[in-house]
Amino acid sequence: MWEEYLFANSVEHALELLARYEGQAQLIAGGTDLVLQSQRGQCPATVMVDITRIPGLNRIEERDGFILIGAQVTHAQIAASALIRDKAPILAMACSQVGGPQTRNAGTLVGNVVNAQPAADGATALFVLDAELEVATQEGRRWEPIAHVYRGVGICTINACREMVTAVRFKPLANACGCSYQRLARRKALTLPTLVVAVALEMLGDTIKAARIAIGPVAPTPYRATDAEAYLVGKKAEEAVFAEAGQLAAAKARPRDSLIRGSSEYRTAMVGVLVRRALGEAAQECHRRG
Amino acid sequence: MQTLEMNVNGSDVRVEIHPDETLAQVLRDRLGLIGTKIACGEGECGACTVLLDGVAVTSCITPAMKAQGRRVMTIEGLSEDTELHVIQQAFVDSTASQCGYCTPGFIMATKALLDANPNPTREDIMRGISGNLCRCTGYYQIVDAVALAAKRLAEEGRK
Ligand code: FES
Ligand code: FES
Repeated sequence: MWEEYLFANSVEHALELLARYEGQAQLIAGGTDLVLQSQRGQCPATVMVDITRIPGLNRIEERDGFILIGAQVTHAQIAASALIRDKAPILAMACSQVGGPQTRNAGTLVGNVVNAQPAADGATALFVLDAELEVATQEGRRWEPIAHVYRGVGICTINACREMVTAVRFKPLANACGCSYQRLARRKALTLPTLVVAVALEMLGDTIKAARIAIGPVAPTPYRATDAEAYLVGKKAEEAVFAEAGQLAAAKARPRDSLIRGSSEYRTAMVGVLVRRALGEAAQECHRRG
Repeated sequence: MQTLEMNVNGSDVRVEIHPDETLAQVLRDRLGLIGTKIACGEGECGACTVLLDGVAVTSCITPAMKAQGRRVMTIEGLSEDTELHVIQQAFVDSTASQCGYCTPGFIMATKALLDANPNPTREDIMRGISGNLCRCTGYYQIVDAVALAAKRLAEEGRK
């Protein structure tokens, strides 16, 4: 358990503390996952380095063609952000579905990514947005695509005992883009999803120009349904096409049987259903926006 | 041990705690504020809801040290002496409490909701209390209580 709880006052300070404790210290933001993991003995660190008081990491802004979200930004702030609702509605939709209001008030999007749980709403939307993470180390900073940092269930290549994700960035979605976020869960709130499908669709008249489909948690990490995406380009936006895309997307699902989340068979079938539904909704949204 | 200095219900307090104690533990076991309940202890039921700088959080998964230098409000901070707060009275009048274990959490979630949105729709109310579970009432009375509290607070404001 924890022997010390420290507040970092800058990114450099946080990294310095991590280095000083040589693997015994770990970064903490909202703590909504970490506190429980630690109580269950799943977090060996004994020193917590809290990053929520570092100035400048609480912003959501548009800069140089990207939208940037700082490491302290909570799910509640993203769900309420006019900028995100306008330019990346899929992320606002996803963040508004996490846990309950209290969890959304404390838990951060970046923390959600670093924890790398497959049942992560925010992270699945970030897959749609082809987001990148800014990783700070004592040697310098680098950007990493989100798909690179997920290595498996709960395994993130970013080591919170050594390095720090300071921000996430992505390009805004095109104005005419329609989004849909479909979430299957046992209740409407306070529960992890059995399945989520996040879709962003661009159309030219009745024809699909581009589609992005991200799916979780039916494989060790969220994934993009690239076969379905490729199939959709140039097709007419209609039910039969959406259903076919759903089949293609379901072929890539590898859910485990779970007493709580449902059988593998059921969840695979539902991938097809939710992809079809999401595409239909996104297409309608395109018409409304266009 | 580490020193935690915070303001609880308007009073500055200073306590020595283990760094891994949760805010709920400190409030209950060190400060005797047992109005805050721990039910699931996993951030899944909202029974332990308190306000941290005015924002509703589940204190059972909030490291107590996060309250360093900040304002915490618990259910005990709502009422004045023996007089119930409008929200508490609305819960009583709507029979929104049976075993009562979830009630302080619902009331603090309601406080946060009405502070941010004094005139909520029924839909807003259901969303506002969606982080709280009740195994007894079936929620209808609770939603009524929140609506009643909003109405009475608005009337009070007009006076
Ligand atoms: S006791 Fe804290 S959320 Fe249930
Ligand atoms: S009154 Fe018993 S749990 Fe809500």
